[in-house]
Amino acid sequence: MKIIKVKDLGFKYAGTDFYAIRGVNLEIDEGEFVVLAGKSGCGKTTLLRCLNGLIPHFYEGEFEGRVLIDGVDTRECPPHILSQKAGMVFQNPDNQLFALSVEADIAFPLENLGLPREEIRDRVEWALKLLGIEELRKRSPFELSAGQKQKVAIASVLAMKPKILLLDEPTSSLDPVSAKNLIDAIIDLNRRHGLTILISEHRLTHLIPHADKLAIMDGGRIIYFDDPRRILKEDVLMYGISIPRVVEVAREMRRIGGCIPFRDIPLSVEEFISGLKGALR
Amino acid sequence: MIRFESVEYVYPNGVKALDGIDLEIGDGEIVAIMGENGAGKTTLIKHLNGLLKPVKGRVLIDGVDTRNVTVASLSKKVGIVFQNPDDMFFSESVWEEVAFALRNFGYDEEVVRRRVENAINFMDLAGYADKSPFTLSGGEKKRLALAIVLAWSPDIIALDEPTIGQDMLQKEKLLQVIKLLNSQGKTVIISSHDVEFIADLKPRIVLMKRGRVVADGDAEEIFLNEELLRSCNLLPPQLITLSKRLDFIGIKPRLYPPRELAAEIMTRFRR
Repeated sequence: MKIIKVKDLGFKYAGTDFYAIRGVNLEIDEGEFVVLAGKSGCGKTTLLRCLNGLIPHFYEGEFEGRVLIDGVDTRECPPHILSQKAGMVFQNPDNQLFALSVEADIAFPLENLGLPREEIRDRVEWALKLLGIEELRKRSPFELSAGQKQKVAIASVLAMKPKILLLDEPTSSLDPVSAKNLIDAIIDLNRRHGLTILISEHRLTHLIPHADKLAIMDGGRIIYFDDPRRILKEDVLMYGISIPRVVEVAREMRRIGGCIPFRDIPLSVEEFISGLKGALR
Repeated sequence: MIRFESVEYVYPNGVKALDGIDLEIGDGEIVAIMGENGAGKTTLIKHLNGLLKPVKGRVLIDGVDTRNVTVASLSKKVGIVFQNPDDMFFSESVWEEVAFALRNFGYDEEVVRRRVENAINFMDLAGYADKSPFTLSGGEKKRLALAIVLAWSPDIIALDEPTIGQDMLQKEKLLQVIKLLNSQGKTVIISSHDVEFIADLKPRIVLMKRGRVVADGDAEEIFLNEELLRSCNLLPPQLITLSKRLDFIGIKPRLYPPRELAAEIMTRFRR
């Protein structure tokens, strides 16, 4: 089932004279893991804002086309209802955290929905456990590390039980180990809990081997939307994406030798080594 | 020459951010300060122009103790590009923003005009000269922050996490800028946890953890030591990890550029 349907979408922010995105068409299946990449300013954040209803409900401007999230037209549904279908995590978790303790932060949007106390407690527990941050429950969000804060921000979005998780460069200010831990947690949400994931990122190394689809945007449009192995066979460096270094090596081997000893472009060190060993057998 | 002698720094909230730093950086070096979030990288950078002064020990810039001079006088020698460029801007246009420091340093208008033009052309900002800095995108703001520092051309340039939020094309440009500055004899100090970017630059690496320097060496030596990296919440660049697993075709672990590694593999593969 197509859980996200975008048809001829365009948006021009009020006060600007150009469309940040235009002519965007996109369909994503329930449970898919999609990575969104492209140069800074190519429209990734604007597209994500359209998917959770921040556009057109919060940002003013000219909106064209249609976005259906789990069958609901975003123009006809207020953001607080949409956030129960598509939750969004931003680049800077500080913008999303404000309560005195981690569990109060996670409970806050649920209280706003007027859920019964029991239900709130269950959902907070469930979200803490899902991200493996039960031991942080009583801590103040402001004394946590950047990686921990980002996990709390994801937990508070997940407590709304959305089917879709939208993430806008969630690891950009994290050190490599914290970034990898966060990405592993996001992959786990997709694989074990079936969440549909759409994540925009510049650093693709740890993400791309797990992606069902890669979407590359340029100048406000989607240029590619396919299996990353198919896209990365082509030269896509001009779109400003950091492809994994193993892909660069494999492509260079093909340039030198006319072919590569692998059937598919390897997306990780493991795939590279097993491909090479297979070819030597 | 930059010298940190047993430098300690404690923030007003009691957090000890630098805990006995001894470090010497020679003229014309490129040095990457690496380490996890909160290791003390930014605090160390802020000591270079006297924005923060040690509570113990001292920092000497060309023999001058930073505690005895103003930030303004040190700024002629040391330019810092901060992680969040918004903190640096206040002028009405990109052109004025770049010109501000030059006028403060007392250059004539003609020199100011030439230097501003060179800096904004070099950072691909010529089309934005009349725009307000606050209307620029995140990547453009970072380029403007660098243009401001390039225009006054200090001997020491420090970049605090310059690759955060930057796409690959912007990172390549930054790499070129750093190499160009270095070829002009400038000292460049970069705080970063972007291992792939630093692997391309191959500088001397100073590794920090909890306010201390835990290792200091060339990029290859540091990146080959996975245990050390992980203890600082860093991971090796992907091609180090790959080269470590290619011993079955006789490839030795090294910090290869992608092309060189591809050529090595193909040579052995053809045999």
